[in-house]
Amino acid sequence: MGGKTWVAAVALLGAMAGPAAAQISGDVVKIGVLSDMSSLYADLAGPGSVWAAQMAVKDFGGKVAGKPVEVISGDHLNKPDVGSSIARQWFDDNGVDAIVDVPTSSVALAVQNVAKERGKVFLMSGPASSDLTGKACSPTGVHWTYDTYALAHGTGGALVKQGGDTWFFITADYAFGHALEHDTTAVVLAAGGKVLGSVNVPLNTADFSSYLLQAQQSKAKVIGLANAGGDTDNSIKQAGEFGIVAAGQRLAGLLVFVTDVNSLGLKAAQGLVLTESFYWDQDDATRAWSKRFIDQFHRPPSMVQAGVYGAVTHYLKAIEAAKTDDGAKVVAEMRALPINDFMTKNGKLREDGRVMRDMYLFEVKTPAESKYQFDYYKQLATIPADQAFRPLSESECPLVKKG
Amino acid sequence: MSGWLHIAFPPLPALFAQLLIGLINGAFYAMLSLGLAVIFGLLNIINFTHGAQYMLGAFCAYLALSYLGVDYWGALILAPIVIGLIGIAMERLFLRHIYRLDHLYGLLLTFGLALIIEGLFRQQWGSSGLPYSIPEILSGGQNLGFMFLPNYRGWVIVASMVICLVTWLVIERTKLGAYLRAATENPTLVRAFGVNVPRMITLTYGFGVGLAALAGVMAAPIYQVNPLMGSNIIITVFAVVVIGGMGSILGSIVSGFVLGLVEGLTKVFYPEASATVIFVIMAIVLLVKPAGLFGRAT
Repeated sequence: MGGKTWVAAVALLGAMAGPAAAQISGDVVKIGVLSDMSSLYADLAGPGSVWAAQMAVKDFGGKVAGKPVEVISGDHLNKPDVGSSIARQWFDDNGVDAIVDVPTSSVALAVQNVAKERGKVFLMSGPASSDLTGKACSPTGVHWTYDTYALAHGTGGALVKQGGDTWFFITADYAFGHALEHDTTAVVLAAGGKVLGSVNVPLNTADFSSYLLQAQQSKAKVIGLANAGGDTDNSIKQAGEFGIVAAGQRLAGLLVFVTDVNSLGLKAAQGLVLTESFYWDQDDATRAWSKRFIDQFHRPPSMVQAGVYGAVTHYLKAIEAAKTDDGAKVVAEMRALPINDFMTKNGKLREDGRVMRDMYLFEVKTPAESKYQFDYYKQLATIPADQAFRPLSESECPLVKKG
Repeated sequence: MSGWLHIAFPPLPALFAQLLIGLINGAFYAMLSLGLAVIFGLLNIINFTHGAQYMLGAFCAYLALSYLGVDYWGALILAPIVIGLIGIAMERLFLRHIYRLDHLYGLLLTFGLALIIEGLFRQQWGSSGLPYSIPEILSGGQNLGFMFLPNYRGWVIVASMVICLVTWLVIERTKLGAYLRAATENPTLVRAFGVNVPRMITLTYGFGVGLAALAGVMAAPIYQVNPLMGSNIIITVFAVVVIGGMGSILGSIVSGFVLGLVEGLTKVFYPEASATVIFVIMAIVLLVKPAGLFGRAT
């Protein structure tokens, strides 16, 4: 009799405590920024992404649902095995509730699996592969900033329209490069163009001249650079050296960040057409946020870093509304809430994990057009979300119910 | 999909172009492995700081241009001297204490120093590289019929071949070189002849480091000036030295150029393997001829 009473009392207490207080595991919301801290993507993500996450938490008031928010960070060295083992340790031993950023698609695909198995939130700002919301989608995976589909349709589409109907790809030899080449090829073929060849280049290559010569000999009108970061910088710089653009071929930097333009200089980068979801100098709100970043890092923030800020803010808003940090419930709340911040206007999180946002087509200014420090882009067009991203009808994501 | 099949058998002129490109990369391998070989030959130190010193050379050129207005040609002279002096200071401060110890200590010490130097530069300048233009007089290029050769790349091949040849002549054909080689074999005996061996060792290290800095300046206009540029190339260069034979001057020069060519061909026939082909060759050479192609078994 006594034993039963105790059980009943405990059950009753538990039932009372449940709905009254917010259900935050470990009484702290822990956000892990997992990024490339030291290699070719460190400037476009890395420490800048950690800073962005910290600012988002600070601007939110440092607390959510009455509990403190903590930001930790790690370096995945662009290696999927390193990334997934850090993710596992963070989730299993350190009580991390969400992982943010993760540039390098191959690492992001590995982390996506780890987070999915545990029902934890994965806020992707850095990675590009559209597979992350395609066949590798996850109920708790959120692809925030951009993807290869949007890049292919933005930059690739613009160049095809301008008459660039034969292509040669210089492709980074891993998940991201292949996805970008694949998505761009689809755009080129759909427009009646042809792909004359491609070459797979190991990640982090210093000398691209051999590949550029192969591209030159292909006589393709457009050389598509399906790479990123330092690889893109070296390709563009060396293409200039070999007179490739002067000889009439067009370079398509399919993923060019503002950090790349900053380090190439306008003389080498002028005229590049590129697709981004954010540029620091778009309006007063982007300028105000970017000024804080520039004060800290002395270079303009990339869309990845701005995306980290937005993703963390939206994540915290959802926890506040849902009164829990349970992965599935928080992501459901993130889907319900519209996304509005300095870079995102009326964004929406779709069932496959894709954040629907407008993308922008920019052209890099000439040195003469640039009037002040970091004055790099002029905007050519806005690409509405429903044209920028893959329609659900073409989705390979098992979570998408097709009617 | 992988497109290498489309270009598996390029026409002959295209192949010439790729070989020439390979030779240019080989020029950098040769200059860097030459410095490593000189240092190893005399100091018995496996200088893992070499990549960082190459990076320092490029940064020296960049900083001299931005803050002092020293152009490329000035940097070609200034950077090797400045970085060479820094090298001499490092030798006096750190390296001289460990000559008597196993190779492993030298390797660990220089590797640690390289990590610290690269870390400091990354902290200060980030990882995405800084622009450095090709000097005006060498911009543009020549149409060779089978390819468009940028003037600057042509200059790199010629300059590096001259540098390698002169270094080889000095070491193999002059009295100073004879002292150096003798001091390598038997320092005690050479000292007995009144030669200041420790000073010679210090200057040799400074020279090797200066050579790395010179390669760094020459690389700056082609690649970006980047804190990581040294760590990306140094592993390959070590493989080149091992293939050539540790400490062999001629071996390091020849294998530098030849492996540049081999790598260039790999980039045409199977680009996915271009980052690994040199290490495959290294493994085979170690199996067949452990002392390296030009090394003497000891």
